[in-house]
Amino acid sequence: MAVADATSGKDEQELQLASQWRLMWWAFRRHKLAVVGGTIVLLFYFIALFCEFLSPFDPESTGARDVYHPPQMLRLIYEKEDGGWGFGPHVRAMTQKRDPFTLETTFEPDPGNLIFISFLAKGTPYKLWGIIPLERRLFTASKVGEKFFLLGADRLGRDMLSRILYGARVSMTIGLVGVAISLTLGITLGGVSGYFGGRVDAIIQRLVELILALPTIPIWLGLSASLPQDWSPLTRYFAITAILSLVGWTELARVVRGRFLALRTEDFVVAARLDGASRARVIGRHMAPAMASHIIASVTLAIPLMIIAETSLSFLGLGLQPPLISWGVLLREAQNVQSIAQAPWLFIPGIAVVVAVLSLNFLGDGMRDAADPYAQGQSA
Amino acid sequence: MLAVYIVRRILWSIPFFFAASLVAFALIQAPPGDYITSFAASLAASGDIVDADRLEALRTRYGLDQPFIVQYWRWITGVIQGDFGISFEWQQPVSQLIWERMGLSLALAFGTLTFTWAVALPLGIFSAVKKYTIGDYLMTTIGFIGLATPNFLIALVMMYIAVVYFGADVSGLFSPEYQQAPWSFARFVDLLKHIWLPIAVLGLSATASLMRIMRANLLDELQKPYVTTARAKGLSEFRLLMKYPVRIALNPFVSTIGWAFPQLVSGAVITAVVLSLPTAGPLMLQALLAQDMYLAGAFILLLCCLSIVGMLVSDILLALVDPRIRFR
Repeated sequence: MAVADATSGKDEQELQLASQWRLMWWAFRRHKLAVVGGTIVLLFYFIALFCEFLSPFDPESTGARDVYHPPQMLRLIYEKEDGGWGFGPHVRAMTQKRDPFTLETTFEPDPGNLIFISFLAKGTPYKLWGIIPLERRLFTASKVGEKFFLLGADRLGRDMLSRILYGARVSMTIGLVGVAISLTLGITLGGVSGYFGGRVDAIIQRLVELILALPTIPIWLGLSASLPQDWSPLTRYFAITAILSLVGWTELARVVRGRFLALRTEDFVVAARLDGASRARVIGRHMAPAMASHIIASVTLAIPLMIIAETSLSFLGLGLQPPLISWGVLLREAQNVQSIAQAPWLFIPGIAVVVAVLSLNFLGDGMRDAADPYAQGQSA
Repeated sequence: MLAVYIVRRILWSIPFFFAASLVAFALIQAPPGDYITSFAASLAASGDIVDADRLEALRTRYGLDQPFIVQYWRWITGVIQGDFGISFEWQQPVSQLIWERMGLSLALAFGTLTFTWAVALPLGIFSAVKKYTIGDYLMTTIGFIGLATPNFLIALVMMYIAVVYFGADVSGLFSPEYQQAPWSFARFVDLLKHIWLPIAVLGLSATASLMRIMRANLLDELQKPYVTTARAKGLSEFRLLMKYPVRIALNPFVSTIGWAFPQLVSGAVITAVVLSLPTAGPLMLQALLAQDMYLAGAFILLLCCLSIVGMLVSDILLALVDPRIRFR
């Protein structure tokens, strides 16, 4: 009855023929927040994949005249010189003024000076994925050399929008890579622990307990502080990911072990063993598929933790270092009150973090509910 | 039976302490070079002449040329006697530096825990009883956002609001005139005036998760037949709620006290750096960066010990509440 409830609208026969994965998909689709979260997550990973093409400018191009340039509003309708109305996306240019006495800089609108935005126009050349040389960007200033700042500019006059889009690549993938490492560790050790039991299990469980007993943040800080400062950004990226997953694998190992212990005595596993299936076949063909959905859900819930951890470490200056752009690195600019009071748009990478983490949490919750055959019908 | 379980559990935590101290020492030993290297670098940066013989003499004096296990042995035997070594950077015994800061950290964590419980439990109960109302949705939304936002970001936003809209600086735990002052009643009152903001910042995500758990636990209980029975017998709705389902829904929380507390202490590190609180976190970070190994090591070891004691307390409380565990 619970299943029929979860998949109302499907006729009885279709329901009986549906595979387990199809049932899960139906249950997942009913979870509206999870679907929204999933869509946003896909969008973020799409941005991470094509950030070079999607960002209007080179994230490293600085401009002395654009320091802390405030965000500009995107406008569509403008007045032509002959008095008529024109239609086209544009922003109003702003010029930097410096107070002769206090040396304080302010930005004032420069009426009549419009910067037009065109789609798929040629901008500064770039290399997609560092390989394919391209010139066209999704949208950029119509005249080469002009710049606009939809989300403002930072301390060196770099475009925040482009930097946030680039930051998505590092911040979103660090979760994936980190979870991949923890998953490998967790499945191997958790699986070994759960399948063999006995002394092996006891040793691995004590190890897991020890790691769980250690306070996470001080250990992260200590490990990151011990990384040599002269490592290349890429090496550092992988080192930080490894540090984050070193702590993160224990949770996955517990999930896997628990499922293994529960499944080991299930009838279908016993049947397979009595049928003379080899150990590898029992694990690979019978037990692994039964656990896959749970593991996918736990993984989805582990990614946001990694993202927050990376952001916090980079924010403190112990994580990733500047030539690399991540949301945490961007938030470092917002570290003192003076700069955020002057340029509140430096917070925007934080909003990106919150949206990404929220979406991943909703997605993970939805998947967990969908994967649990007993939870159906309850999840609204 | 219970006593046996507790004794066994306490004995079990001894190897854990030992392993944790090894981890802590390995961590502070891990950076390439030692304090003398960074000391030499800072001397060279300020234009002083670096005398290799003098550095070597310093290294010998602090025992930094000894192998790992010898250094560890010296350190751990000192720690057991209450001597945490000396801080290179401050040129003071570590034990003089850490206790006030650890004390403030603990006070902050205690305040946060109290705040969390006082806020989360009533809100969780409300949210479960008034399921799917506007209030419930509002709290669920706030809860999810609280869970998804890193603490330090909330701290930054709070600081921004305070500076821009109220023109006040909310960082620190004391007003300037009390910063160096000895403890007095006036200083304590000043502390209370400042501590609420870090408590609110640190408490938000914990409150959010606690509220969710309370709501879920209580929702499970509210459907049970005994609730209907009690209601049928004419018990008032409030008494009915407080007397049975809430008590049962609270059970799982008892065991969380043990580990929630140490988690708060170490979780506060980053927020404390942002809000420049005079707690353990910022000093530990500074010590880690300067490779001031005994100072950093003392903090890491104390935080590890706190976690292990917390786990111990949790397990014992759980055994007290749930008899099935003792007999396993």
